[in-house]
Amino acid sequence: MTGNKIQLDTNGNLKHFLTTEGLSQSLLRSILDHAESFASVGERAVKKVPLLRGKTIANLFFEPSTRTRTTFELAAKRLSADILNLNISTSATSKGETLSDTLHTLEAMHCDMFVVRHANSGAAHYIATQVAPHISVINAGDGRHAHPTQAMLDMFTIRRHKKTFENLRVAIVGDILHSRVARSEIHALSTLGVLETRIIAPQTLIPKDVENLGVQVFHDMDEGLNGVDVVMMLRLQKERMRGALLPSEYEYFQRYGLTSKRLEKAKSDVIVMHPGPINRGVEIASDVADGERSVILQQVSHGIAVRMAVMAMTMGRSPEDSGTLA
Amino acid sequence: MSDETDVKQLLSVMATAIQSHTSSNNYAAPLMIGIKTGGAWVANRLHQQLEYKDPLGELNIAFYRDDFSTLGMHPAVSPSQLPVDINDRHIILVDDVLYTGRTIRAAMNEIFDYGRPASITLAVLIDRSNTRELPIQPDIIGKTIAVNAEEHVKLLGPEPLTISIDTVRSTGTQKTG
Repeated sequence: MTGNKIQLDTNGNLKHFLTTEGLSQSLLRSILDHAESFASVGERAVKKVPLLRGKTIANLFFEPSTRTRTTFELAAKRLSADILNLNISTSATSKGETLSDTLHTLEAMHCDMFVVRHANSGAAHYIATQVAPHISVINAGDGRHAHPTQAMLDMFTIRRHKKTFENLRVAIVGDILHSRVARSEIHALSTLGVLETRIIAPQTLIPKDVENLGVQVFHDMDEGLNGVDVVMMLRLQKERMRGALLPSEYEYFQRYGLTSKRLEKAKSDVIVMHPGPINRGVEIASDVADGERSVILQQVSHGIAVRMAVMAMTMGRSPEDSGTLA
Repeated sequence: MSDETDVKQLLSVMATAIQSHTSSNNYAAPLMIGIKTGGAWVANRLHQQLEYKDPLGELNIAFYRDDFSTLGMHPAVSPSQLPVDINDRHIILVDDVLYTGRTIRAAMNEIFDYGRPASITLAVLIDRSNTRELPIQPDIIGKTIAVNAEEHVKLLGPEPLTISIDTVRSTGTQKTG
């Protein structure tokens, strides 16, 4: 499921944003460049531009989320779009409405974009195949599959600090198995041409065939962190763990927790990232999360700019290329 | 069509006109803002000639265009930079070619999202006469030229600055500027 055909219109412009997999380097760079322009909007007296005035965006969250939903909401508001927040897990579907009926109901309300978060892999892709041609769909996280805007805000944060990707060694640490963020990051890092992507995790938290994605696998934290420029920590997804994947949180922290001592193995100008929410003392020590190498809060601000860029790019296409004209 | 010395001459005409305009209106310490990309090149030269103390502001009006829904996103240019608080300041807004007036409308909207200036003076290198679609007129003009609608007037730069006039052969491009 590369989703590449469905993501682009006939002109090669972004129509839906479902996954970072299969998108070209120039398109990913263009997202980062647009995000750079939008980042300045948040620093002004009036934090709003009129670009998407009159457009209606629906946040369809089939799975709870605070950070992703609120940053999408802020991004839409800064672009002057109207936004609906639908917490579907507690609404229509529990009354027995099917997904496609929910979608058609929202289409009848003249929505222009759906931002979709769903526990099932492929949900956003499926929705993109079902909607009317003028509607764009953005994947805000589907199961274990992809979380492309999170990956792009991480790429944005890396570029802000490191300027280029070419000579970077990046380590992704933790629960790779359950992580849609890790998957989207691995594809984006490889397309943007980093020198090396490493994943560091116990064997039980690494998906099968992961080497096919072009990553180096490490089970030893000190070895994996040696000489890296960027450390991307992942949250231990306790809610998705079934069965005995881990001995205990304490033991996990002993072996894979990021402490300031372990961080000394990395380059002195290493940056530490985490998509949040943080489990302090489980995957990352508090002094590292709050320390001078941490860019975790910058990631949140960058998320707004990147989501503005993706919204503007998917909605701002010439009408003759987007199928029907609304 | 035009060589570098020609633009230099127009720039000194503009600098003199700006000086007399600001002094006769008692505009203390005017703030100069150029519209990207060509307007910023012109503003940069004028800013040097007039020896303004405050840094030059640059506007990227891409987010304020009125043709977004038909033309979509333009390639990313570097973002707007207004390094100084514009509240109660007298602004000299600079563009290269004034055509329909739509760019200036967009630029003024953006300026007001940064604050409330005391005044805005519009200075343009080239004024295309009889082409306005909005009630916007320049206060300071380098040169007025009358060309046909099919002809495209463009400032090339940043070094050297030259004016080019071509006949547009493309189909149905929308007028901006």
